[in-house]
Amino acid sequence: VCFIPGGLDCSISFVSHVLGKVCIRGRQKEILGIVVPRLTELTRSDCIWQRICWRLLECVPDRWMEAVVLGFVQRAPGADALSRLLGNLVVKNKKAQFVVTQKVLLLQYGHTTEVLQNLLGYLALDSARRALLLRVLQELLEAWGSSSAVKHSPPEQQLYISKAILICLSHLKEPEIQSCRQELLTSMMEGVKCHLDSSLPQIRRLGMVVAESISSRVNTEGPLLKFEYEDDDETRELKSLLVQTPPLCVVPSPTDDKGDKADAALPLVPEGNQNSQAAAPVMADEESDAELDSDDDLVPYDMSEDKELKTKAPVYIRDCIEVLTGSEDVDKWEAAVKALESLVRRNPAATREVSVELAKILLHLEEKSCIEGFVELRQRAQVAVLTTDPIPVSKYLTSQFYALNYSLRQRMDILDVLVLAAQELSCPKFHGKNKHSGAQKPPVHLLPGSDSSKDWRRIVDERIKSKTRRFAVGQCHVEKASGPNEFSSVAGHFFFPLIQQFDRPLTTFDLLGEDHLVLGRLVHTLAVLMYLAVNTVVVTAMGKALLEFVWTLRFHTDSYVRQGLLSCISSLLLSVPAELLLADMAEELLEAQSWLADVVEKDPDGDCRRLALQNLLLMENLKKKLEAVPS
Amino acid sequence: MALPPPDPQFVLRGTSAAVHTLRFSCGGPEPDIPVLFSGSENGIIHVWNLKTHRVGTALDGHGRKSIYCVETMGGKDRLLSQGRDQRICFWDLAEGRTSVTDSVFTEHVGFCRCSLLKVAQGRWLMAMAARGLEEVQVLELPSKTSVCTLKPEGGAKLGMPMCLKLWQPSSGSQPLLLAGYEDGSVVLWNVTMGKALSQLVCHQEPVMSLDFDSEKAKGISGSSEKVLSIWSLNEQQNLQVYKTHKLVNTGISDVTIRPDKKILATAGWDHRIRIFGWKKLKPLAVLDYHTATAHCVSFSDHSSPRDTLLAAGSKDHRISVWSVYTQT
Repeated sequence: VCFIPGGLDCSISFVSHVLGKVCIRGRQKEILGIVVPRLTELTRSDCIWQRICWRLLECVPDRWMEAVVLGFVQRAPGADALSRLLGNLVVKNKKAQFVVTQKVLLLQYGHTTEVLQNLLGYLALDSARRALLLRVLQELLEAWGSSSAVKHSPPEQQLYISKAILICLSHLKEPEIQSCRQELLTSMMEGVKCHLDSSLPQIRRLGMVVAESISSRVNTEGPLLKFEYEDDDETRELKSLLVQTPPLCVVPSPTDDKGDKADAALPLVPEGNQNSQAAAPVMADEESDAELDSDDDLVPYDMSEDKELKTKAPVYIRDCIEVLTGSEDVDKWEAAVKALESLVRRNPAATREVSVELAKILLHLEEKSCIEGFVELRQRAQVAVLTTDPIPVSKYLTSQFYALNYSLRQRMDILDVLVLAAQELSCPKFHGKNKHSGAQKPPVHLLPGSDSSKDWRRIVDERIKSKTRRFAVGQCHVEKASGPNEFSSVAGHFFFPLIQQFDRPLTTFDLLGEDHLVLGRLVHTLAVLMYLAVNTVVVTAMGKALLEFVWTLRFHTDSYVRQGLLSCISSLLLSVPAELLLADMAEELLEAQSWLADVVEKDPDGDCRRLALQNLLLMENLKKKLEAVPS
Repeated sequence: MALPPPDPQFVLRGTSAAVHTLRFSCGGPEPDIPVLFSGSENGIIHVWNLKTHRVGTALDGHGRKSIYCVETMGGKDRLLSQGRDQRICFWDLAEGRTSVTDSVFTEHVGFCRCSLLKVAQGRWLMAMAARGLEEVQVLELPSKTSVCTLKPEGGAKLGMPMCLKLWQPSSGSQPLLLAGYEDGSVVLWNVTMGKALSQLVCHQEPVMSLDFDSEKAKGISGSSEKVLSIWSLNEQQNLQVYKTHKLVNTGISDVTIRPDKKILATAGWDHRIRIFGWKKLKPLAVLDYHTATAHCVSFSDHSSPRDTLLAAGSKDHRISVWSVYTQT
């Protein structure tokens, strides 16, 4: 592509046509891979080449414009390069405008952060295009803040939109932000509400980060919005988008403002430190003691008994109960809370006498003084009580789950305690290897068991050992003693009461309505309980009830709940023996299979699709196993 | 090999209430009986005979309200007591009398012990917390005229004064007052001029007690936190922190330096009395006898250093008397 500048009036519309046709045919990569770098070089300093490039693109027919513009946007090495290549194309050409401002940002979400940076930086660089930038920001915020979008669009798209919003914010100057301050704040408030409502922690975090960033740009004085969340790679990446590094070339960029602000903040901090140091008292530590040290005459006594004063912990469970319910003495209360779990475990008989009372006290126990790890201490004590006396305590706890006037946190605590206790009961106490060590809390995502491969090896070894005659007994291995599975007798008590009342709303607790977070946790809990009930007698009945439960809820709008339902199916398929599945639940499972296939294709949430696929695989494996057994 | 801590020489029982304050009066020549005055929570001042270890007299002058300060005014015949009935009473105990000769109504509802300083024969200065929240009033005794009222200026929120100490750098010069406040600071006041010379933040919690060694211009303060703070006074009358010492358990109720300036004793909320060397604050002993918070410690004023005693009063109604480090 070589032109002779110098007075010749060339028409390059032919070239535009060729370019467009090639791009739309799918050869975007090849041709633009050569054209774009070449043009970037040529347009770096030469204005004529810039104008040629602009003309080139303007002449591309509308029906091919999208492919060409998209290709350029993806391949341009930077926002300024894109600006040189495209010029004010977005302002002049309606199709280009649509592609850049709507399609790439709102309708697609597969592009990288770099592409977003280039695109939005391009919009920010020229005053003619900045109006578009503002409009883009408003539309992005609308999309971010709409509650249906938050509920139904995939998390990846929401992340993409959040990134775009943050980059826009980083490019806007103060007066521009002030002019649309009100709209920014309104959309932010609505958006934050929808995001915080979601059950997925990732969505909540996205909402929090974006809201914080908006608030920090809009309200430069006054208290800033600050959420509490754990920083991870994603949030750090998002926050880094707010600060633009100035580009390498000479083009003055509006991002310098942001850089200056960051620099200005740094000198303030060391000053603050110095002030506080000056206020601290002057240490006269170089005072030389010229006097004779007559202190040496005074011989110290033995002070090894001088230790910290500790309140004695109560030694009896009934003492603990008394202290926890009545006592005003905070030291004693702390000592009782710390000692309770070990006391319960060491005195099972005494615990059984007062188990329900203890469970009640622990459920309502609130933090009286600041102890480290109070929540964990309380939970461990509750688990200890539940495992020592499972049946009455589980009856109490499951009834309280559906009772009035408990906080959501307390109801979820009940579920956590039930799961931890079930885990403990179902693991024979003397086993070294803990198969469920990964599953500390719900949700439990189970892969089709690879446990079976370890099992057969063990069985073969044992068979060999039993068949060989030993003449001399060498060092005998102490066989690890195994205990009975204590969960089997109580599994039903844990499971059925939880599943019975889920569709009856109370005034303060509506599982099927607002409290879908608790519903999600309940579903995950049921999945874990199902999994832990493997090899128990009641597993078939549990399986049937669970399948019915899942069936009624399968179209729930909350993706956390749907993930839980799919885990329930997995647990079901893993725990109930295959023959019983076939005998009792064959029809329902076939229906479930078609539902699962539907989920794999159409569900917006990636995790749901993955779980559904796993379930289908499990079903396939079962079918094969059943066919392989000679009948 | 360090010796195990000593046991008390003897223990005085019989107060039947928590002991809040102690004062020895043992300086008189023979055949004067050395006595120990103790003030208790039930409002009774017991005069203990240190030879028989029994109560000689019991003085009841504060309407059963707790006594938190007793001071002798030149010998054991004249006593000052301060109680929670907002009064300071002056007793005449000579020749077996037990009468209140005078009293001052302080209108102070806190626990700040007053401080006495003898300026001339028969004339005393007394610093006490007064009616206003942050005020300290200095009275001249026996006329009970107010010398000055010391109020922190500006908006300095120091809180209530917690402990006071009047002293004179050398005889005849202007008296100075050290006051420890609720916010953890110690202020040096010039009494004659009525203004503050220096202020130092020693603690994060209220200063519970302080004592000062005027010879070395060094003082020590104890608080409700785990730290003892030692500060010094330089030539420009400025207070500076000299050292801090971290304790094993929180809370000090009382701190006092022995008259020979060799050792000091602290009474702790952890029921223990600790002895330190004054020069470098070297820990010397931990006396563990009481079973409840120790409220007060006091050294005796025996003329012979070999007889010096240390008394500690506690919430467990007992007064333990110890003889430690009496050989010099």
